Amino acid sequence: MEIELRGITKRFGEVVANSDVNLTIRAGEVLGLLGENGAGKSTLMNVLSGLYRPDGGEILIDGKPVQFRGPGDAIRAGIGMVHQHFMLVPVFTVAENVVLGVEPTGPVDFLDLKKARAQVREINETYGLEVDPDEYIENLPVGVQQRVEIIKVLFRSANAIIFDEPTAVLTPQEVTEFFAIVKSLRSAGKAIVFITHKLHEILEVADRISVLREGRIVGEGVPGKTTDLELAEMMVGRPVSFKVDKTPFSPGPVLLDVQHLTVLRENDAVAVNDLTLNVRAGEIVGIAGVQGNGQSELVEALAGVRRVAGGSVMFQGKDITGASARDRHRLGMAHIPEDRQRTGIIAAFTVAENMVLDTYYDSRFSRGLAMDWQAVNQNSAAAAAAFDVRTPSIFEKAGHLSGGNQQKLVVARELNRDTKLLIASQPTRGLDVGSIEYIHKRIVDAREEGDGILIVSSELDEIMSLCDRILVMFKGRIVAEFGAAGRPANKNDIGLAMAGVAA
Amino acid sequence: MAIETVQANRKLDTQAGRQSRIAAVLLVGLSALTAMVFAQVGDGDAVFRLSRASDAIVLPDLAVPAMEFNYIAAGVLAFLGVRLWIRGGSGRISLSLGFGLLLAVAAFLVWATVGKAFSLTGMLQATVVRAVPIALGALAGVLSERVAVTNIAIEGMLLAGAFTGALAGSLLGGWGGIAAAVLVGGLFGLLLAALVVTYRVDQIIAGVVINLFVLGVTSYVSSQVFQEYRFLNNAPVFRVISIPLLSDIPVIGPVLFQQNIFVYGALIMVAVATYYLFYTRSGLRARAVGEHPRAADTLGIDVYRIRYINVTIAGMVAGFGGAWLTLGLVGRFDENMTGGRGFIALAAMIFGRWHPVGALMAALIFGFADSLQQKLALLQTPIPAEFLAMAPYLATIVVVAGLIGVARAPAADGKPYIKE
Amino acid sequence: MSEQGETATLTARLLERAAPKRADFEDLVIVPVFAVVVALILGGVAMLATNVDLETIGRSYVALAYGSIGSINALSETITAATPLILAGLGVALGFRAGLFNIGAEGQILMGGMAAVVVGFSFTGLPMLVHLPLALLAGIVAGALYAAIAGWIRAATGAHEVILTIMLNMISYRLVDYMLRMPAIQRPGRSDPISSSVLPTAELPRLLEWLGPNLRLHSGVFLMLAAVLFVYWLLFRSTIGFEFRASGESPEAARFAGMRSGLIIVLVMALGGAFAGLAGANQVLGVLGRASSGFSAGIGFDALAVALLGRSHPFGVVIAGLLFGALEAGGRQMQVDAGVSIDLIGIIQSLIILFIAAPLVVRALFPWGFRKGAPASKE
Ligand SMILES: Nc1ncnc2c1ncn2[C@@H]1O[C@H](COP(=O)(O)OP(=O)(O)O)[C@@H](O)[C@H]1O
Ligand SMILES: [Mg+2]
Repeated sequence: MEIELRGITKRFGEVVANSDVNLTIRAGEVLGLLGENGAGKSTLMNVLSGLYRPDGGEILIDGKPVQFRGPGDAIRAGIGMVHQHFMLVPVFTVAENVVLGVEPTGPVDFLDLKKARAQVREINETYGLEVDPDEYIENLPVGVQQRVEIIKVLFRSANAIIFDEPTAVLTPQEVTEFFAIVKSLRSAGKAIVFITHKLHEILEVADRISVLREGRIVGEGVPGKTTDLELAEMMVGRPVSFKVDKTPFSPGPVLLDVQHLTVLRENDAVAVNDLTLNVRAGEIVGIAGVQGNGQSELVEALAGVRRVAGGSVMFQGKDITGASARDRHRLGMAHIPEDRQRTGIIAAFTVAENMVLDTYYDSRFSRGLAMDWQAVNQNSAAAAAAFDVRTPSIFEKAGHLSGGNQQKLVVARELNRDTKLLIASQPTRGLDVGSIEYIHKRIVDAREEGDGILIVSSELDEIMSLCDRILVMFKGRIVAEFGAAGRPANKNDIGLAMAGVAA
Repeated sequence: MAIETVQANRKLDTQAGRQSRIAAVLLVGLSALTAMVFAQVGDGDAVFRLSRASDAIVLPDLAVPAMEFNYIAAGVLAFLGVRLWIRGGSGRISLSLGFGLLLAVAAFLVWATVGKAFSLTGMLQATVVRAVPIALGALAGVLSERVAVTNIAIEGMLLAGAFTGALAGSLLGGWGGIAAAVLVGGLFGLLLAALVVTYRVDQIIAGVVINLFVLGVTSYVSSQVFQEYRFLNNAPVFRVISIPLLSDIPVIGPVLFQQNIFVYGALIMVAVATYYLFYTRSGLRARAVGEHPRAADTLGIDVYRIRYINVTIAGMVAGFGGAWLTLGLVGRFDENMTGGRGFIALAAMIFGRWHPVGALMAALIFGFADSLQQKLALLQTPIPAEFLAMAPYLATIVVVAGLIGVARAPAADGKPYIKE
Repeated sequence: MSEQGETATLTARLLERAAPKRADFEDLVIVPVFAVVVALILGGVAMLATNVDLETIGRSYVALAYGSIGSINALSETITAATPLILAGLGVALGFRAGLFNIGAEGQILMGGMAAVVVGFSFTGLPMLVHLPLALLAGIVAGALYAAIAGWIRAATGAHEVILTIMLNMISYRLVDYMLRMPAIQRPGRSDPISSSVLPTAELPRLLEWLGPNLRLHSGVFLMLAAVLFVYWLLFRSTIGFEFRASGESPEAARFAGMRSGLIIVLVMALGGAFAGLAGANQVLGVLGRASSGFSAGIGFDALAVALLGRSHPFGVVIAGLLFGALEAGGRQMQVDAGVSIDLIGIIQSLIILFIAAPLVVRALFPWGFRKGAPASKE
């Protein structure tokens, strides 16, 4: 099987996500598709999997042009896709999710779940995947959910399998396991597309590499011949340095002191379990860990937006365990939430309004109950200029900005005042390299000014390059500490700790 | 580096804990009410009649010693409340609360009936009848919200069904009336689907518009046309069909098997809807569309088509339910004769946790309260009729407030799905 | 150029507002005009379908126009009908802005009206300057408290406000019926549910009686105008409004920004109820003079439509309220002059909302009214 994309173009309103893209995918081969966030990788593959209709260009399978009216057509043509954001129904079981769309049925449209289970088990055995068909998706860790996605694709006997940023949610060890699965699929004769923005991964697993930038194919490469620096330059369009410059580590007094903190999820499950940590002035503490190990709940509890079920939190010697988010702001804590779309900005509000979302009550911006819009606008324009928020005007809706600029807006809001402690959750998730560099620089600047910083990130590279101290969180606890007083940071050891393997 | 767990049996501030404390307070309050009001009756029995003299099998009357029964009820309520406070546990909340409310209602009935006699079977029979439009409305809600289309338009669909039932029933007879009502209900379902799916009108606005439109059209026609041509608003009423043998079972027979076709229709539809949603391929797909439309789309399931189909069927169900008002009850249409039943149905749907059977149960509770209020007027209690009439609504508030957190709407409910 | 100078120019550029776009104009002017015209045409079709002849249809629309804006009396009736719609509509709009769907205006109007009536007939011997404000205040407070119940339960337990306000509406009907039969409230000598009459010192004075004895326009219209300006200030110029709008657009983001969602919910509901209560007081003190069973007459539900139509903007609510008031006043004339049922107005109103809520439908029907290739939707 050979799939050829010819001159694919796809627009979303004004945005050209793909422009005249040519690509060939062959059986028994792993094609690496490299590009930074927003380059158009997902869009291109959504076109191939029938979800989007291209505005121009054509798709050929074994030389014959095909028209996909929907994902159903692509599936029938043997193309399967594991999406970046998993396409699983959380309240359905594994079996239900796997058979959805191609269900075994009995008379009167009866859904034959027994048969479905058996079919899932069969695939489990053939490919050596371990998943309980009766478990509900919402109870499964992300790594297993990914396996369910793979089973879904195999169940539809796909010959070409697209993996869209599959490693983002995995520990380094799980990544290794995943690569083993990819290689076995390749030897089974499947055509594989592997999408990522991580260079070392693509060099490890791909047979050929195509680089996408701003919707266009800007270069090709072959592992072993092309170096990672060349690829990086193709990807970003300019030479990049992966280094963060910062002054030597000289922490001040303890700012944030967390003792025996316990935090619960909505369903009363324990998310943070008896956790103790501290952050000192002038240091960047990083929390590494696989998503879903309680990091989000920890940050929310520290920011005052989630109830603390047990333990205490002290800030500059003051007990703030029960303090509101507003009180914490006033004391000089800043919070960059992990989900900027949902909790960081209000898409329907203007840039100016978003810029004062948590400071509007301040005497700088209001008198009594009356807002001083003049002052708000002046201040917002200055902050947007200072923090490189690219927008036509501060009266533009924040929802119209690109992800990177939205995040810079959040950073501008949080750092553009007198802060002492910054808590940042996934501060650069999904951003382009330029924005990432900029935000890292701002975080380091805050450290140089003597702020304490706590960063949660699932990007191990980010944590390792930015942080003075690294804590690894697993199942609601800190299970290891690296850097400074602890052991020197080392990717392999951190990865093991993330997987809960005691070191 | 291991961290010991220091606090072995620390008490965590959990969500379920808070809920069970709220429920516990409610139960203790009910207990106090029962003890201090309902139990303050002299000696005497409350007599509940279970059968009519004409029934095939006649059960003896049920005589309940009022004071004793109510003190025991108060005790049980207090026990339930205290146990909930101490032990907590999320599984027990709804069970305890449900049982507690039932007990409080029983105590109330005993108090109201003491020294008199009261036909329990008759009231239950009326309960089922009154539950029909609410159950069907709620079922319509379930069917559309399961595919993530919020259905505020139930009221309008019921009203359209009632109107069409009367008009077509007058011209074509009862069955023709039902067929037309179902058809028109389906058309409004289709309209709702077109508005929200194709034209992406806000779902609540679309529902409100349909309600207003139906109210406008039916009121206009009934005042402009029916006033003058009365024969257009004079439909036959479906008679009770007794099911042989089954209808002879004491209590259950009259309640379930001596009813008209709307009651049987509603029960069958609830059963069919349950089978459809939870045991068929189409049902699985429909629920997937309601929970995660994009996932369904990536698997080649046509989200829009499924929404259209389900919402149209929902409209047909509501149209049938509306026809009950005219063809099942009075034979003529009056302006705004649904009187908010569509909204009660919405409450019943949430109350019934988006499940057909749950919706039916919730509708029965409303039907019970409705018929209770009517029958109690005969017993001449010191409570004003208006307050009795309020009781079901108050109870709904209590239950919705107490049970929340347990119910979970389809994840995509109310959100439009935009393909690209 | 120095770096500082550059930043200053950039800042200045960021402060420039974009000119209004053609799409805004289409949205705000063309669509509503089309909506009204098409709704009127379809209203004519409805009449045709019910066997009304063309001549009568013509006469009804003349009567509709005449009865709504054709004379001083018509204007007076239009504004009198619009006032409570706008007041209650403001309350509903506040809720929408804060993401709350307050269906309970009807009940809040009833509660506010009852409180105003009771104060209005109970205190004899008070000067008007004290009595009238007191009665109005009673209405405002009663409406606010009644709505706050729903707000409080919603905030405390998360129960859906739609269900809560529907139930509170149902309860309010019964409560009003009960109260109207209480010996202290029921008009002496009557057996039907009707209250004593409001004393002259608590009546909202009529404004145009010097022109004609039948002109019902009363000073409630000033209350309404004040309320509109107040809501505008509140929503767009105050910190509270900022919080309302933030929670409406994204409750989670608002919470993360340190806003207190529970408090906001209670406050929004109470304020919305206050306006509905004022609408109720306005009716009993300005138009009806007493309370009777169901005196809210569906104003609370029409207010929903008015708020939707006015896009939850106070000025939009005024326009929508006037439109609905005009249709109502004109509809009465239409019924008298042409013998066409006033219920036709309900059809026309719902069609107007439909077309305004579904601009895509309007665009599909009248492609030539819009610039070609205009974006189908905003995003
Ligand atoms: N559904 C959509 N609507 C509008 N714009 C989109 C949509 N999907 C993607 N885009 C835009 O298209 C560009 C490419 O996005 P995407 O394909 O997701 O990039 P990648 O997967 O490489 O990170 C981005 O600028 C993104 O904002
Ligand atoms: Mg992507």
